[in-house]
Amino acid sequence: MAAFASRTVVVKNPQGLHLRPAELLAKLSQQYPCKIEILHNNERVDAKSIFAVVTLVAMQGTELCFEANGDNAETALEAIAKLFDEQFGEAE
Amino acid sequence: MKFSDFVCYEAINANVTATTKEAVIREMVQSLLNVGKIPGGEVEGILKAIMKREELGSTGIGRGVAVPHTKHPSVNKLIGTVAISKQGIDFESLDGEKVQLLFLLISPPDRPGDHLRALENISRQLRDDTFCKSLRMAKSPEEVKKLLDEADAHQHTH
Repeated sequence: MAAFASRTVVVKNPQGLHLRPAELLAKLSQQYPCKIEILHNNERVDAKSIFAVVTLVAMQGTELCFEANGDNAETALEAIAKLFDEQFGEAE
Repeated sequence: MKFSDFVCYEAINANVTATTKEAVIREMVQSLLNVGKIPGGEVEGILKAIMKREELGSTGIGRGVAVPHTKHPSVNKLIGTVAISKQGIDFESLDGEKVQLLFLLISPPDRPGDHLRALENISRQLRDDTFCKSLRMAKSPEEVKKLLDEADAHQHTH
């Protein structure tokens, strides 16, 4: 049975989810075998694609719901939540 | 946000001759200077800021697309331009592919939202293979403008 995990994270860094954080998020997601999607404003986008992540226009304070399906789903979302908490290394 | 909200059409270059990352970025910044969008004294500062951002990680995001950018106090609204390289430029892209479509953005320091909306527009439109292909084949700035206008007209609103 494939694992399923979901988790809501908040964009904390002042510049929002711009290109650099989107790249870090996509690269991190690509390290996991599970499918990882972000649900926001009635859209469902692939967390492994920078092009898709950037379309979210997630400013500081935005809540994003992540869903992972497959192997290491829980671990993947744990790592992603940490990335958001650490503000992609952009904390001022 | 639409392309017409930030792309300076007069600064579009449908066939850049530069073959390196720094040279093509310089050419794009220069084209914005030539049409009076940035002050002459700021060119080197802007160029340096853009290159510094590239050092953090290439803005070559895959699909032959790069979005070199910076924040800079010399602009009071988001401006940008488009350049197309027929031969492709080594941009140290994330997928290792050469870059043919470049969107350069300069935004005021206090407007992160506009920058995000411009990025959204670029990535949403360029996920369309046909659009990318048409842009790569465009022969003149007029043709690029026509393609961007068509994309604006068909834009999904969110």
